[in-house]
Amino acid sequence: MNHILEILFAPGFFQSEEVMNALILGSIVAAMSGVIGVFVVMRRQSFAGHAISDFGGAGAAIAFLIGVNTLWGFLSFGVFAAICMEFLGKHAHERDLATGIILSIALGLESLFLYFDTHFTGKASAPMLILFGSIFVVGYSTVKIIVFLTVTTAIVICIIYRPLLLSSIDPELAITRGVSVRVINIVFIIVLALIVEECSLITGSLLSTALLIGPAAAALHFTHKIRWTMLWSALIGIISMWLGIVFSYDSYRWPPYGKGWAVSFFVPMLIFLFYLFSKLLGKILKARRVIYDA
Amino acid sequence: MLSLGMFTDSFMINAWISGTMVAIICAFVGYFVVVRQSVFAAHALPQVGFAGGAGAVLWNFNPIYGLLTFSILGAISIGYLSRKEENDVITALILVAALGTGALFLGLSDKYAAGAYVLLFGQIVGVSFQQAIETVVLGSICILILAFLYRPLLLTSVSKEIAEAKGVSTSFIQMCFLLLLGVVCAITVPVVGALLCFSLLIAPTAASIYITSDPKKVMLLSLVISLIMMWLSLILAYISGFPIGFFVSIIGAFFYAFARIISFYKLKYKIVRH
Repeated sequence: MNHILEILFAPGFFQSEEVMNALILGSIVAAMSGVIGVFVVMRRQSFAGHAISDFGGAGAAIAFLIGVNTLWGFLSFGVFAAICMEFLGKHAHERDLATGIILSIALGLESLFLYFDTHFTGKASAPMLILFGSIFVVGYSTVKIIVFLTVTTAIVICIIYRPLLLSSIDPELAITRGVSVRVINIVFIIVLALIVEECSLITGSLLSTALLIGPAAAALHFTHKIRWTMLWSALIGIISMWLGIVFSYDSYRWPPYGKGWAVSFFVPMLIFLFYLFSKLLGKILKARRVIYDA
Repeated sequence: MLSLGMFTDSFMINAWISGTMVAIICAFVGYFVVVRQSVFAAHALPQVGFAGGAGAVLWNFNPIYGLLTFSILGAISIGYLSRKEENDVITALILVAALGTGALFLGLSDKYAAGAYVLLFGQIVGVSFQQAIETVVLGSICILILAFLYRPLLLTSVSKEIAEAKGVSTSFIQMCFLLLLGVVCAITVPVVGALLCFSLLIAPTAASIYITSDPKKVMLLSLVISLIMMWLSLILAYISGFPIGFFVSIIGAFFYAFARIISFYKLKYKIVRH
């Protein structure tokens, strides 16, 4: 029994404080982004969600340069970018372009400041940390901040749940029912930015989209009741995160020896596999329904 | 400050050659990226290609082969999986799956800061003579293919219904377009970097469509803007030593803002005249 456990979990897995921090952090962030991801997919804001995380990366690069916790860089720039994007494009076709231009400014600044980071602080690891994440080096103090933020965002989501759902499914109906869609949109995109930036800290600014979009898109393929979708989406996110952490920890024993495979590799890959699997599952379920109906 | 070195240094000559080629092809392909609303795909494909480039650096290949393989595979999977719905979601997922692989390759590589980072941020000194030649050859092929596909591409972009009625298969054209975009991204990445490749793709056209609406004029204008962007960025990057992608994105954004201001005043002028 012990032997099998040791194959699954490399020695020291349960004793390591970093791993425990990573597991706690990973679970709450994955759960939260799984829930909010359902709204993002329904509202077709995948590109916006992705752009927010890249914008946060620029903030993180600046924070790294002046020696502040990168979380603050991620959060401040992400929220700022989110508000900008909400105001910029009113028409759908214009919004994509405006998002693209803002995104390219953000990436330009990010590349400049990452260049400064490596040149002036002498730490060549800065781009790797900011772009591809650092779940194992997140300190306990940061975990506390993230737990606090996650609880706050969860409460906000609970409060605006019904109007948000209505305005995501049918904005016109929401307006006739007296929901102020504009306010809901802004509150939503700020909450989205906060969660996306938490993900960015873990999987890096380039990969936070994986946790946001993937689980929700997967869950939407095999269930249509909104609450079940959220539950499944959170579950898929958490499972991918746990498996990713376990694999990554174990990978120190895989070739090439002495080098771990990044968590940022396993998590998006697992989510992608989940997505493809659910797509298949959705098709099978549909086919069965057709057969039973006939 | 303005030394002749930027025109005579051998690495700069390579950079000028490939930069110009890339600027030309990006202006043309960029027009279709904008009218077909594939901005997200144009953002994703260079980064998908980057993963391949990082892999090639890890195993000591020529990065262009890695870039080409991954961006073409990425284009095929985006085109195949998003035939019916969820274009955005598929693009995002393929982007992150590929980038994750890129992160893995970077992490496993011993050449930590070097080779692969050039692919992310772009570096003018990184272009070898052989690469410049490859860029010119591949770029010319892309222009030929684009000229060949010009009419069906334009037709399917403007109206899917008319195109279908005339017997043009929109999904086939979309696939060809994505493949072309993949190749263009692969040759652009070594010059301006994966993160800002799409700035060069969309900014010139995004600016031009505010000035004029005739496709040929838009393409011509975006060609001019794209060349100015590229040449100015090369000069500034040479002088300052900063990553070239930064300049490409800022100059592009400047052109975009300028074009929007012009179109705003044009509209106002028209209203006043009437």
